[in-house]
Amino acid sequence: MSRRFTPKVVTANRLREGDVVYLAADDRWTLVHHEAELIEDEAHAQLRLLHANAQGNLIVGAYLADAKAGPNGPEPTHFREAFRTRGPSNYHHGKQADLDHV
Amino acid sequence: MYDYTDFDERFVRERVAQFSQQVERRLDGSLTEEEFRPLRLMNGLYLQLHAYMLRVAIPYGTLNARKMRQLAMIGAKWDKGYGHWTTRQNIQFNWPKLPDVPAILTALADVGMHAIQTSGNTVRNVTADHFAGAAADEIADPRAYAELLRQWSTDHPEFQFLPRKFKIAITGATHDRAVIRAHDIGLQLVKNDAGEIGFRVLVGGGLGRTPLIGMVVREYLPEADLLPYVEAVLSVYNTLGRRDNKYKARIKITLHETGKEEITRLVEERFEQLRPLFGGADQALLEDIQAAFAPPAFRNAPIDAYNDFYKADPVFRAWADTNLAAHKNDQYAIVTISVKEQGKTPGDQTSEQMELIADLAEKYGHDDIRISHEQNVILPHVHKGDLPALHAALVQGGIATANVGLISDIIACPGMDYCALATARSIPVAQEIAMRFKELDLEHEIGPLKIKISGCINACGHHHVGHIGILGLDRAGVENYQITLGGSGAEDAHIGDKTGPGFAYDQVVPAVERIVRAYLAERQGPEETFLDAFRRLGMEPFKAALYETGDAKDAA
Repeated sequence: MSRRFTPKVVTANRLREGDVVYLAADDRWTLVHHEAELIEDEAHAQLRLLHANAQGNLIVGAYLADAKAGPNGPEPTHFREAFRTRGPSNYHHGKQADLDHV
Repeated sequence: MYDYTDFDERFVRERVAQFSQQVERRLDGSLTEEEFRPLRLMNGLYLQLHAYMLRVAIPYGTLNARKMRQLAMIGAKWDKGYGHWTTRQNIQFNWPKLPDVPAILTALADVGMHAIQTSGNTVRNVTADHFAGAAADEIADPRAYAELLRQWSTDHPEFQFLPRKFKIAITGATHDRAVIRAHDIGLQLVKNDAGEIGFRVLVGGGLGRTPLIGMVVREYLPEADLLPYVEAVLSVYNTLGRRDNKYKARIKITLHETGKEEITRLVEERFEQLRPLFGGADQALLEDIQAAFAPPAFRNAPIDAYNDFYKADPVFRAWADTNLAAHKNDQYAIVTISVKEQGKTPGDQTSEQMELIADLAEKYGHDDIRISHEQNVILPHVHKGDLPALHAALVQGGIATANVGLISDIIACPGMDYCALATARSIPVAQEIAMRFKELDLEHEIGPLKIKISGCINACGHHHVGHIGILGLDRAGVENYQITLGGSGAEDAHIGDKTGPGFAYDQVVPAVERIVRAYLAERQGPEETFLDAFRRLGMEPFKAALYETGDAKDAA
């Protein structure tokens, strides 16, 4: 018996900077997890991943990460993905700093 | 210091030129990531959790002021103003951008440095005792041999696609500061009855998911046989090593699966074939290399200033007691600059601090700088008369932490704050342990104690050989930390024993505190170190302190 599909977002790293990005419903790559498209259907998830993988000139290593709906948009469910939304915990570096200026 | 020959220079420049074009082709879309990935890894460029990471080789952990300043410049210009010293005596930059990497590699080549073979299934940076050439307990400086091995292994056509990465460490002393017993090949300089230098050769040590202590395969290998013998080991491993299973691909597994006797037979057989082929060229090369590692011109001067300050200044005395080691010249000392200020990230050095260290190395340290696998910086040759001035400059620069060898001198891998392979964080755990014992003002009372933390089973943080080892894992979607006790990376190398069930992230510091308090309660006196006490007492009192909470005791 196959396992029930849990909601996902498509995530990757930007080719030039290496930043963590998420695929939005309008095909943009966004730094903000809340802006990602929350995918609830397995077949659609595979199509979105294919779409992402076709953009190898923009991003690297696209994959589907578990997520759940939240009041402001999708939220990560695993701590690794939570770290990826902001950056390291020992310095105010990475996206947590970059997003301050957005 | 070994300086590049024209050959080295040409090779590194050619590689930079090749990689610059490869980056260009990746950025314009002519290369796919699949095609590019092995090319960038060959040049030390990883893609980590939040950014690229460039790992730069520091052969046998040796730098001079010029190289240190260039690393400072790279950190300031292309990173976020710092670099991270690794447990292979290398440096990692955590935030380079792909289009900038060719310029960084060019800047490295300008000072005779590179990032070649800091990744991939090749012979990695050959590490050495960080006190090499200075230690009072050393037979000879091991770095000339390390350099010979570096030249031999760099771009060696036969060993660019080994079954798995391959790590070699070398020491010239009996006290093992280079963890040679946890390396694929560990080499210890020894003398035979005739007083001639040779090597004790260990094979098959390693940490990671199958931690093993290396086996001695040769008690004495003559000096001249180093390269043919090491090549024979690599050659046999290259043939027998398992390429079908990444987790069984290291030589330690080959050794255990094939058996020491059979491996030794094959190695000796191959060695007999290879030895005549070297024809002495390697020995001529070694002679040239050795000249580059001649000891500096030691100064003969009074050391009164040191004695006076030691008596008068308690801050200087505390620092001298922990951060100095015995030099072979008794007017000199080996200075360890701690990169472990309590609450800071172990091994992270700002560009300003690197500049200061470079200046001090020139002024007081015969222009010699070392990086230790314990993620500290060493000035190996400082005249004792200069120590008060050096210490004052370190205090000014905020890098005079007096904690070398103590509980806050923690090895920690980057963990899940940076590393894509990590299963849990290590840095914040190290920061919090160090802060807790600073608050308690206990670390000098506790005495020598090595805590080593890895954020995954690959064990870059050497947790297996920590007196207290901490391994961060992902247990059902939460960070969980397994604790081991009694490990050692020294000549009495030992893999630590698990205490029992792991601890949640916020329970690690209290757990370490309970272990340390149990030690303080049980030790025979301050002269009995944590490791000695553990060896005498065994696991039980520590287990009791860890797991028998008040409730459990009441229930019992």
